[in-house]
Amino acid sequence: MSTVDLGLPSLPGGLHGVPAASEPQNRKEYVSDQEVRWCPGCGDYAVLAAFQGFLPELGIKRENIAMVSGIGCSSRFPYYLSTYGMHSIHGRAPAIATGLAVARPDLSVWVVTGDGDALSIGGNHLIHSLRRNVNLKILLFNNRIYGLTKGQYSPTSEPGKVTKSTPMGSVDNPFNPVSLALGAEATFVARTIDSDRKHLTSVLRAAAEHRGTAIVEIYQNCPIFNDNAFEAFKDPETRDDAIIPLVHGEPIRFGKEGRLGVVRDGFASLAVKEVADLPNGEADLVVHDAHADDPAYAFALSRLTDAGILHQAPIGIFRAVERPAYDDMVRQQITTAQEAQGTGDLQALVTGSDTWTIN
Amino acid sequence: MNRTVTIEVKQLDRVVIRFAGDSGDGMQLTGDRFTAETASFGNDLSTLPNFPAEIRAPAGTLPGVSSFQLHFADHDILTPGDAPDVLIAMNPAALKANLRDVPRGATLIVDTADFTARNLKRIGYEQNPLETGELDAYHVIGLNLTGMTVESVKEFGLSRKDASRAKNMYALGLVSWLFQRPVESTITFLETKFASKPDIRDANIAAFRAGYNFGETAEEFSVRYEVKPAKMATGTYRNISGNLALAYGLVAGAQRAGLPLVLGAYPITPASDVLHELSKLKRFNVTTIQAEDEIAGVGAALGASFGGALGVTTSSGPGISLKSETIGLGVMLELPLVVCDIQRAGPSTGMPTKTEQADLLQVMFGRNGEAPLPVLAAQSPADCFAIAVEAARIAITYRTPVIVLSDGYLANGSEPWQIPVVDDLPTIDPNFTLEPNATDDKGAPLYLPYLRDPETLSRAWAIPGTAGLDHRIGGLEKEDKTGNISYDPANHDLMIRTRQAKVDGIARSIDPIEVDDPDGTAKVLVLGWGSTYGPIGAGVRRVRKVGGKVAQAHLRHLNPFPPNLGDLLRSYDKVLVPEMNLGQLAMLLRAKFLVDVVSYAQVRGMPLGAAELAEVIGNLVEETEGIDDDARHLGEAAANLTHGEALNGNEHDLHQSRLGGAR
Repeated sequence: MSTVDLGLPSLPGGLHGVPAASEPQNRKEYVSDQEVRWCPGCGDYAVLAAFQGFLPELGIKRENIAMVSGIGCSSRFPYYLSTYGMHSIHGRAPAIATGLAVARPDLSVWVVTGDGDALSIGGNHLIHSLRRNVNLKILLFNNRIYGLTKGQYSPTSEPGKVTKSTPMGSVDNPFNPVSLALGAEATFVARTIDSDRKHLTSVLRAAAEHRGTAIVEIYQNCPIFNDNAFEAFKDPETRDDAIIPLVHGEPIRFGKEGRLGVVRDGFASLAVKEVADLPNGEADLVVHDAHADDPAYAFALSRLTDAGILHQAPIGIFRAVERPAYDDMVRQQITTAQEAQGTGDLQALVTGSDTWTIN
Repeated sequence: MNRTVTIEVKQLDRVVIRFAGDSGDGMQLTGDRFTAETASFGNDLSTLPNFPAEIRAPAGTLPGVSSFQLHFADHDILTPGDAPDVLIAMNPAALKANLRDVPRGATLIVDTADFTARNLKRIGYEQNPLETGELDAYHVIGLNLTGMTVESVKEFGLSRKDASRAKNMYALGLVSWLFQRPVESTITFLETKFASKPDIRDANIAAFRAGYNFGETAEEFSVRYEVKPAKMATGTYRNISGNLALAYGLVAGAQRAGLPLVLGAYPITPASDVLHELSKLKRFNVTTIQAEDEIAGVGAALGASFGGALGVTTSSGPGISLKSETIGLGVMLELPLVVCDIQRAGPSTGMPTKTEQADLLQVMFGRNGEAPLPVLAAQSPADCFAIAVEAARIAITYRTPVIVLSDGYLANGSEPWQIPVVDDLPTIDPNFTLEPNATDDKGAPLYLPYLRDPETLSRAWAIPGTAGLDHRIGGLEKEDKTGNISYDPANHDLMIRTRQAKVDGIARSIDPIEVDDPDGTAKVLVLGWGSTYGPIGAGVRRVRKVGGKVAQAHLRHLNPFPPNLGDLLRSYDKVLVPEMNLGQLAMLLRAKFLVDVVSYAQVRGMPLGAAELAEVIGNLVEETEGIDDDARHLGEAAANLTHGEALNGNEHDLHQSRLGGAR
């Protein structure tokens, strides 16, 4: 998979307003002095390494990066980065980050969350940050399990999953995080995999450049409680058929020797077909358009994700469209008010217009 | 029209007037206008709006009745008054719902238009009370206000329904005449409010004038009343409600600290007006975020504080319950945060539009773990301003969440306020850390986010964007100084005790509590907190008036308490603690000082009454002096005082002073 050229010049970039670094940076500068305490083999290590390697590329001042996380294994992330960081409480990181982003246009604000944190206890804050389009970058580590509490099913676990809290199998229908985000009309929605550093980095870069909320679902392996949940995407035998690659402007074709592709299928749906079976071959394939204004197309793409055990799913940027960012508009209203009324005379305010004087 | 009866003007020292009608009749607006007229005339005043939670309960029903009570006087007063001297009832339901509060001899001005058999039956009147004689003890003025309103606005060609909607202005005009209120501000107000609807504007002004002129010309009224301006301290005044004062105080606090203010809030009665007011003040670098829920409101505020703004959240009890975990995070992070709890009657949804002060223990202790934080309470509508400034001072200076307690009575009630000179307000220094504050083993510069000021124990505060001071904080227990995660037993004990000591130490920065004990010989102290200040003060005055000796003190700082509070409590034989809860402050005082205070608890959703408190205080004073039960008279005498007798030194004749009572 390659990187993406989104070509969205008319809104300012996601890092607009964040001061540039005066010197080139390297990965080491972003490694904090704290000992990393994830389980051996955890997918979080790969994401952390990729992220530490990616941040210097942004070319912004390190002290103007703020990481806000919730609760869960992945939410330890901020401790391991030498940026400003807050490890907050369960599910609330998007709300806290919203206040921070509104107050500080000079910061690049990142939210680190997991499937339980973002989609269960914090589901409300997630969808509202997406609909507002606050200039936040949300990394949603999806391991389809509760790790920190030792192995209960999560809101993305497959139906029938046997865990400590579901000995007879889970009867919960799972969320598809991408579908959920698109339902909330998120302006930037992507999915990537912990083990594919190159793709992960390309998606992070695109997210950073996006003005507004960018949500990136990262398929992340939990080797202790849900090992190999994403094996289909990693095993060289299966991965070509498993990964439906999304590259803007290119037909969606994949599989061994490109034998599979995505075509339109009935009312607002898409389907995976053998290219050889199509009347016009590749010409019948859908050309990926991440900039489609109507989220229905991206939503249809998201439905190509298996709901149960994962054998196949689209990977890449589903949607990247422009919509003014909430925090920019909030600040603009303050500017507008100050231009119209001045910066506020406190004495005049408390005095008001209806007074009387006792001599 | 020429009058055949001359109008007599009677001097009164004070009047309690109540406007009551359907919740759609505009009674709150009418009350607000009468208040504005009264304020600009220079009377002291105190108001009590009282309305149902339903926006428009079915018209003509008892649950749909909304009222607004105003107490105004030629001397300083402390409460909106226990009982109205004048009730303006716009329909039968308003009469029935309010009559139990109205003492005999009072004046009832009643709109008779809706007194039909059907309407009367609906609220349980078998016969028209205006005709049965059951109101003979009152001075009843029955007028077809609706009919006269419609007649007065005929020329504007409105539908009967639209025309009759101006009846509140007609009634306002009439009582403005009756009490000789200045009317210009109401005309100006109507011109502005309905500027875009000329018909409605002109009809309201015409109705208002017609009501005023009706008083002047009709022969129903042979007396007008005059309440002279109050002798108040020299200065410039305005009228202000508690929620407005709170909003202005928050802005003042942020401005005095040089910080932007970020409010995260979710609408809730009776706190929403603070959100509305702050939303108008963007020019003061005020950002308001109407969040998706209560938790997001406080979360956004805390996030903004992390970024170096003054984060504020406003709510009422149910919302505070939801915010508890985030407030606990604020305690752990040690960041400034102002949390305003405009209390209402609970538990659960309770009575949203009614007042109560039963959240004290919730805000003191309603968090997991040892999570101490400062708690302040405003004592009057105007005091909400000063309390908000104080909350900002403590939050920023000590890097801590601070709870501000107000309540529905303060929030919606109003009083004259001597306008402060903002340059005289305290300045607040955020004292951001800009440079490393320590060195490591090898002498390299280092930033320790939990290094503390030895005096205040407040931690260093470096905000994002400060080069070289990047750090991570969170809800996990911190290692002393470094702020790194620590599970060390001794460190946890140290941090728990340090956070407690920091909050306790705030007492060193607050003034000792003052006691009002005129000759220093009282044996009974009445101690209150929050909005009971006015009623307690009025009750104490009554007891003193009939010869009882009693001291009064009032708490604005509830955690930590003022440094001299224990000594003060121990210096009296008895301490009475009246509260609108089941004795929450009393519990804290007993626990902290081992003083067996006497709790007086009433939880009716309404402010305490001055007369009831006078009786309780009087009885306790005599009990403390060893007077037998059956020989006591002080409480009863104090409770039965009325008007001029009760509150000022003038020797008013009770019946002269009672409005309408001379008839």
